[in-house]
Amino acid sequence: MKGMIQMDQALSSKKMIALYLAPGLLLLLALVYIPIFQTGYFGLMDWNGIGEMTFIGLENYTLLIRDAAFWDSAWHSLLLAVFSALSLIGYLLISLVLAGKIKGANFLRKIYLVPMLLASVAIAQLWMKIYHPTNGILNTLLISIGIENPPAWLAEPSLALFAIFIPIIWQYAGFYILIYYAALKNIPESLVESAKIDGASAWDIAWKIKVPLIMNVIKVTIVLAVVGSLKYFDLIYVMTNGGPNGASEVMASYMYGQAFSRFDFGYASAIGFFLLVICLLITWLIRKVTVSDEDIQY
Amino acid sequence: MRNEALTEKQSALARQKAAEQSKGKIRHTISMTLLYIVLAIVGVFQIFPLVWLVLFSLKNNQEVFELSPFALPATPRWENYIRVWTEGNISQYFFNSVLYTGSAVLLTILFASMATFALTRMKWKKSSLFLGLFMVGLMIPVHSTLIPLFNTFSNLDLINHPLSIILTYTAFNLPITIMILYGFYQVLPREVEEAAVIDGASVHRIFFQITLPMTAPVIATAAIINMIYNWNEFVFINTFISADQFKTLTVGIQNFIGQYSTDWGAIGATLVISILPILIAFIFLSDRIVEGISAGSVKG
Repeated sequence: MKGMIQMDQALSSKKMIALYLAPGLLLLLALVYIPIFQTGYFGLMDWNGIGEMTFIGLENYTLLIRDAAFWDSAWHSLLLAVFSALSLIGYLLISLVLAGKIKGANFLRKIYLVPMLLASVAIAQLWMKIYHPTNGILNTLLISIGIENPPAWLAEPSLALFAIFIPIIWQYAGFYILIYYAALKNIPESLVESAKIDGASAWDIAWKIKVPLIMNVIKVTIVLAVVGSLKYFDLIYVMTNGGPNGASEVMASYMYGQAFSRFDFGYASAIGFFLLVICLLITWLIRKVTVSDEDIQY
Repeated sequence: MRNEALTEKQSALARQKAAEQSKGKIRHTISMTLLYIVLAIVGVFQIFPLVWLVLFSLKNNQEVFELSPFALPATPRWENYIRVWTEGNISQYFFNSVLYTGSAVLLTILFASMATFALTRMKWKKSSLFLGLFMVGLMIPVHSTLIPLFNTFSNLDLINHPLSIILTYTAFNLPITIMILYGFYQVLPREVEEAAVIDGASVHRIFFQITLPMTAPVIATAAIINMIYNWNEFVFINTFISADQFKTLTVGIQNFIGQYSTDWGAIGATLVISILPILIAFIFLSDRIVEGISAGSVKG
């Protein structure tokens, strides 16, 4: 009894709790939470990043609403989000096959994951070589099967955006397959077995039993894919820097350009704040729309 | 007579059943083969670009442009690697990558372990509120913090300083790290800690000598995930560091490749050097990495 009291005292000391939380919490406040409010505040300023700030109220934000180039970039981000969300279906199919007790599933899953480990810059450089108009592997293959003038993928305004989507899908495939695979492996064997005895086909087991059982994980991946797409930056910045002529610009690369190429820090802050609001809003919205009372527990 | 008819009927049934079974077996084999073909195509798509990268890193331009992209180099040109390592600053970038990644991983693991210890092992009412505060960090896009951070670091004279990078990496990796540690901490048995308190051990002693060693497996997983993130990070390093001597491989190779824009062998060798440490870690620790990536995301 005395020991319990001693322990309660030792492990509920306010001073100790504060001491153990402080380093992490202070860093997070200083480098993540305070900056997001500063971004909103800087968005109200006319400011080139070095000189004095001038308060201009909501001018940056109203400018943003009328900026066609920004809406183009937002549209491209949205396209990427849709593209990524749709590719989840393919990843889910592959995971259903892999989790169906086939030989080599472990090995294949690891092979699929490798691109996820690589730096975006290396991926970007590698795929720029793949897309190289004359010496790239893609056009070498196309020429060898008789296509005479294959396009210069990244220089073609109508193609550049989609040419960048492919390596993004490539990069994240293993990540989502891994998540689905882990979730599918958690389904109790007995549920699948009893369905088999009742004569359910493999297709029915997959769609009517397994997929509903991992619905929560699927929702999480939809949020990850959509929000991840809205803030996507790395490959686009290195491969095309938004070009040719804005054809592959997304919200984050547009914001970066406004800040660090055009030195319009006020306007870039407004975009950064908009990006934050949209990411939080969409996370909340997807959760809200996809949450149901009948989330299956097992 | 009657018996004979019966056995004949039986054997006919048996034959039919066997035929059906073998038909089912054939169908099964065909569908399995098809599945494997699809899985193999996906596998080749995922891995071939890398194989091709290694191949052209060992060729010279003439070989890259004249041979088939699938061809092995006649004599592997390892001198590409020696050349890019000794010319330019690749070894400096490599050292910086190790320094920033290593320091940030250590700080993140220490701070995240301390916070998770306070959130799960200590007794107070607001712990779930503070857990929520850490977890919302997962949703914040880095671009929304970039300009204020750049401004603050400029004012503190930390632009082109390793500290700006190490602190930023630590802060942004805390949420995911706490998330990975949290589940493990919750199921740790309390008896050892209780016994230690009764023996008069201080909170620090419990944390450093009992809890921290017990969480070694999950620390390893979290450390590897952190290492992959930090090694590959791009936006912060590209924004806060412009002086060549402080660059990491991820941004350093960018300019470096610029100098060699037409020498494919040199570019390939540079890229291979930049991704090699993570690939080696993956080959030896793949189960831990796989575990960590799924632990860090499924519970979201």
